[in-house]
Amino acid sequence: MAETEKTKDVIKASEIDSKFKYELLKMPGSEKILRCFQCGTCTSDCPVARFSDAYRPRTIIRMAQLGLRDRVLNSETLWLCAACFTCTDRCPQGVEVASVIRVLRNLAAEKGIIPAIFKEQANSILNSGYAYNIPELKIKKRESQGLPPLPRGNSESLRKTLQGIKFFDNIKKGSSTA
Amino acid sequence: MSSKYLIFLGCAIPYRVSAYEISARKVLAKLGIELVEMPEFNCCGLPLDPVSHEAMLILAARNLAIAEQQGLNILTLCPGCAGTLKKVNALLKKDKALKDQINSRLKEADLEFKGTVEVKHILQVLMEDVGVEKIKKAVVKPLTMLKVAEHVGCHLLRPKEYIGFDNPEDPHVLKTLIEAIGATSLDYIGETECCGAPSVGVSDKVALELAREKLNHVKKASAQALVTICPFCHIMFDTNELRIERMFNETYGIPVLHYPQLLGLAMGIPAEELAFNELRVDASKILKAVNEDAK
Repeated sequence: MAETEKTKDVIKASEIDSKFKYELLKMPGSEKILRCFQCGTCTSDCPVARFSDAYRPRTIIRMAQLGLRDRVLNSETLWLCAACFTCTDRCPQGVEVASVIRVLRNLAAEKGIIPAIFKEQANSILNSGYAYNIPELKIKKRESQGLPPLPRGNSESLRKTLQGIKFFDNIKKGSSTA
Repeated sequence: MSSKYLIFLGCAIPYRVSAYEISARKVLAKLGIELVEMPEFNCCGLPLDPVSHEAMLILAARNLAIAEQQGLNILTLCPGCAGTLKKVNALLKKDKALKDQINSRLKEADLEFKGTVEVKHILQVLMEDVGVEKIKKAVVKPLTMLKVAEHVGCHLLRPKEYIGFDNPEDPHVLKTLIEAIGATSLDYIGETECCGAPSVGVSDKVALELAREKLNHVKKASAQALVTICPFCHIMFDTNELRIERMFNETYGIPVLHYPQLLGLAMGIPAEELAFNELRVDASKILKAVNEDAK
């Protein structure tokens, strides 16, 4: 995924959706987003930010607070968070930074922006219960390794419990990839 | 005290990290922990949390509901699974509206979440159920000749609000368990830093840079091996070590062991039974050091 991203552009008033932050306040994980006072603890402690020129959790939080809905949801850097939860644990204001990023990713996914790896894993889970396509050979090898048979997934039952969730409808439609 | 658990393997271990499962089953059996297999399996939900929080909740709750039907607590080897199942267990127990919403989904599969089981990672079972004293007593070959670096990984430590097991800023459980079998657990820079695994597939560059940074710190500390308790961390350091060496022109040769492999050696279980041959980075110098010392 390309890592070049403009975050320092001038913000146009027309880009701002003033209702966005109120939507976020209602979603589990981002309820405390308005408490962020931009101290930067999240970014300075972020392991990904050390090696990425573009990923800055503080910037993402500020964009969300300002209501830059499209810019933040279309941002490729949103998908770089490693979910190590260091930011969440160290935020002096109690903002669950990693969870805010998860909420934003979920909203992007609802728009159909879903990196390929998540589609692969979702399909694999629907088919086998497992997030990876475990080769039959590997499953058979377990006996010679002295391991018990691998429990199987119940695809039919899984599909029933997950049907109607927007994300699964989106991957069925084969929507665009981030 | 409970000594019977439903074992939740997760996806990564049967897919790529069988040495962890083989060695964990060996040591747990010897320490009197009985494992029962899941009657049916689905992913804990964590991989889908970034794209659908709701799907994650349902997948995790399904597993908890299945464990409840069996009347058994869950033991996981993967901290990602442990963290997810613990978190969802806590969330659904405290939020009735959310519980009802998820249960209306589970009803489609004739399942119901009630909130009657607990979830523990193997490290927690070793620490809390077996206990350090019993582990010390089980040691027949103290590994005093070994100086190793530990890597707990993120999901067994953070977010502390839901995990609440070890100190995320200064974890000591794995160190204590390493010292309990006679080895030295070295301090090094960035012990609690992420291995990079979750960034694989989104930015392999960032992922491998993170793993490289950790390997550099471990090398500087002159550790003879790196000890992990997570399948993903293990893949980053063991499976990818050669790739990182080539990519960044580094030399490590640092064996990466699953803690149960190390524990098994100290308990006198032969290396062949602990799947040392499945490791990508050659660990024969560790085995040689252990065997020579025993003479």
